[in-house]
Amino acid sequence: MTDTTAQTGGAVATPARKGSLLEVDSLTRKRNAAEARFKMYGLSAVIVGLLFLVALLATILSNGTSAFTQTFITIPVPLERAEIEAAEKSIVKTSKYRAIIGTAFANVLSSAGIETDMSAKDLDKMMSSGAAASVRDFVLANPGSIGTTHTFDLLASSRVDGYLKGRVTREDLINDKNLDAAHLDIVDRLNAAGIVQKRFNWQFIFGADASDSRPEQAGIGVSMIGSFFMMLVVLVLSLPIGVAASIYLEEFAPKNRFTDLIEVNISNLAAVPSIVFGILGLAAFIQFAHLPQSAPLVGGLVLTLMTLPTIIISTRASLKSVPPSIRNAALGVGASKMQSVFHHVLPLAMPGILTGTIIGLAQALGETAPLLLIGMVGFIASNVPDGVAAGFLDPNSAMPAQIYEWAKRADPAFYERAWGGIIILLLFLMTMNIIAIILRRRFERRW
Amino acid sequence: MNEMPVVDAEAGTLLPKISAKKVQVFYGETHAIKDVDLNIADRTVTAFIGPSGCGKSTFLRCLNRMNDTIDICRVEGDIRIDGEDIYDPKVDPVQLRAKVGMVFQKPNPFPKSIYDNIAYGPRIHGLSRSKADLDEIVANSLQKAGLYEEVKDRLDEPGTGLSGGQQQRLCIARAIAVSPEVILMDEPCSALDPIATAKIEELIDELRENYTIVIVTHSMQQAARVSQRTAFFHLGNLVEEGETKEIFTNPTDRRTQDYITGRFG
Repeated sequence: MTDTTAQTGGAVATPARKGSLLEVDSLTRKRNAAEARFKMYGLSAVIVGLLFLVALLATILSNGTSAFTQTFITIPVPLERAEIEAAEKSIVKTSKYRAIIGTAFANVLSSAGIETDMSAKDLDKMMSSGAAASVRDFVLANPGSIGTTHTFDLLASSRVDGYLKGRVTREDLINDKNLDAAHLDIVDRLNAAGIVQKRFNWQFIFGADASDSRPEQAGIGVSMIGSFFMMLVVLVLSLPIGVAASIYLEEFAPKNRFTDLIEVNISNLAAVPSIVFGILGLAAFIQFAHLPQSAPLVGGLVLTLMTLPTIIISTRASLKSVPPSIRNAALGVGASKMQSVFHHVLPLAMPGILTGTIIGLAQALGETAPLLLIGMVGFIASNVPDGVAAGFLDPNSAMPAQIYEWAKRADPAFYERAWGGIIILLLFLMTMNIIAIILRRRFERRW
Repeated sequence: MNEMPVVDAEAGTLLPKISAKKVQVFYGETHAIKDVDLNIADRTVTAFIGPSGCGKSTFLRCLNRMNDTIDICRVEGDIRIDGEDIYDPKVDPVQLRAKVGMVFQKPNPFPKSIYDNIAYGPRIHGLSRSKADLDEIVANSLQKAGLYEEVKDRLDEPGTGLSGGQQQRLCIARAIAVSPEVILMDEPCSALDPIATAKIEELIDELRENYTIVIVTHSMQQAARVSQRTAFFHLGNLVEEGETKEIFTNPTDRRTQDYITGRFG
């Protein structure tokens, strides 16, 4: 190559004859090799990413799906009027109900032909300590049932549940005072007789959290409601504030040092760790404004602060992407600035704004750290809030905070629930992202 | 070609539609328009020609204050339409732009139906009392823009689905719909093929009966074909202005001659 150019250095009119097109010269070969290498790096990066994703999903599914089933013991309990009246008169009412269930359980065992020399108290260990309460709740709710025999599906204890799910083995029970191998023999036979069964666990999805000794009763439902009210606050506040702020900054604000400063600060806020927003919320909303602690209203306010920069940045980006010719066209026919923005620019920017908002909301939904600081984590003993005001103001938790709470408890039965909670959380996030995609497709207009 | 009553401003018999005196435009530090004095006659097509960057579009955008939308742009001097100073603080540019319509270089219909594209202006200016009124305005504007026959059966289809030339005529119809007195056209045919260009030029010639038209063009043939008067800009100066025939056959300035004979530009 070099010698041909040297030869014809002076001749401008007749360019040097290059080598044959059928031969690839060394420079081209190098460039092609570099391109092929780059493609390979890119492809392997994608594959590694996919592998991580698959590993993540597989772990979550394998650990979490078992939370959606729960072991129940089917027991017909005779609800004798005399016994129930005696129980209601005693101080610790559920212990009397326990005795009633215990007798019924013993009857079930003997009619199934299972012989055991265990005491009623020992047998009781196979059942959830919440079982007595659920029988009592039923009786109080249906006084007409007194005097009849009602068949209950009572929760088995978490050890029994764990045994059927393969989490608890006989070796584990050597040092366990709650259950021993003899119980498991009974469980095996009851399982064969269809009296002990695993079923789909609606209570996990709709129920409330339960105390440390009753993991089998714990559900994510109440914290789901907490999350719902928080998201309501975030949506109602951050969408109008964020969109209004971005329209002003993008379309109306004069370009000067002050607006530059605001712009830089908004970008910086987007990168501020969420726990900072948490401590800000603690100081501003709880200590200064005296809003109730642990309330979804406060959680929503804090998450609004956190979501605003995301919404503002994405809204400004989508406003910017509307071609200036549309603005000119509107101004050219005598539309005012505001008319041109609201009639023409905003509708075109809508898909981007909605996508940004939903992604911001999804982020807020999964956020845990700021909630720790305003007390939205912990055992929420109360059940479903009654009414909308209570939904905003009563102490509650949120899904990610509930998951965190379960993950740090000692009993492995809670660990399973943490994974199950993550599945539900991911389903919500996926739904939101799908909605974002659909909205984008639906509203996207071409010009 | 030039039967309209174009009367020289100095003769004083007819006021010019637009008169500009000592107009200066600055983009930040750049002095884009220098001391331009120009009268534009009513019901005439005036062409602005000149090499790229000479300031002809900038000057055009002064006439409906579109330059207001550019932060760093500053306009000095005196521009009057019908004797009224359009840079007077009392003048609302929005009202001005209803009187001085504009057609842009690239066809820019709204991403809405053909009907809504045209109805938008009358709607925001409250020009129609009823739906029937509005229908009439839309039909009239399309007719004037010579587009009615082509689109009358698909007024609810998106304006962006039309061909380039049709889109540009739609934009002209949109400008006409708000009944302006002046129509500014910023290189309206530069994105169009020769046949679409011919149609637009024909249209401009018809519109001259009712409107004052100012057109910026890069094509000297186009200026010669459609305009009665031509202004030649160079490096921010208005070099020469006069009857189109005169400018093209007998320019007084050397620079004009060089430009129209293709020696630079």
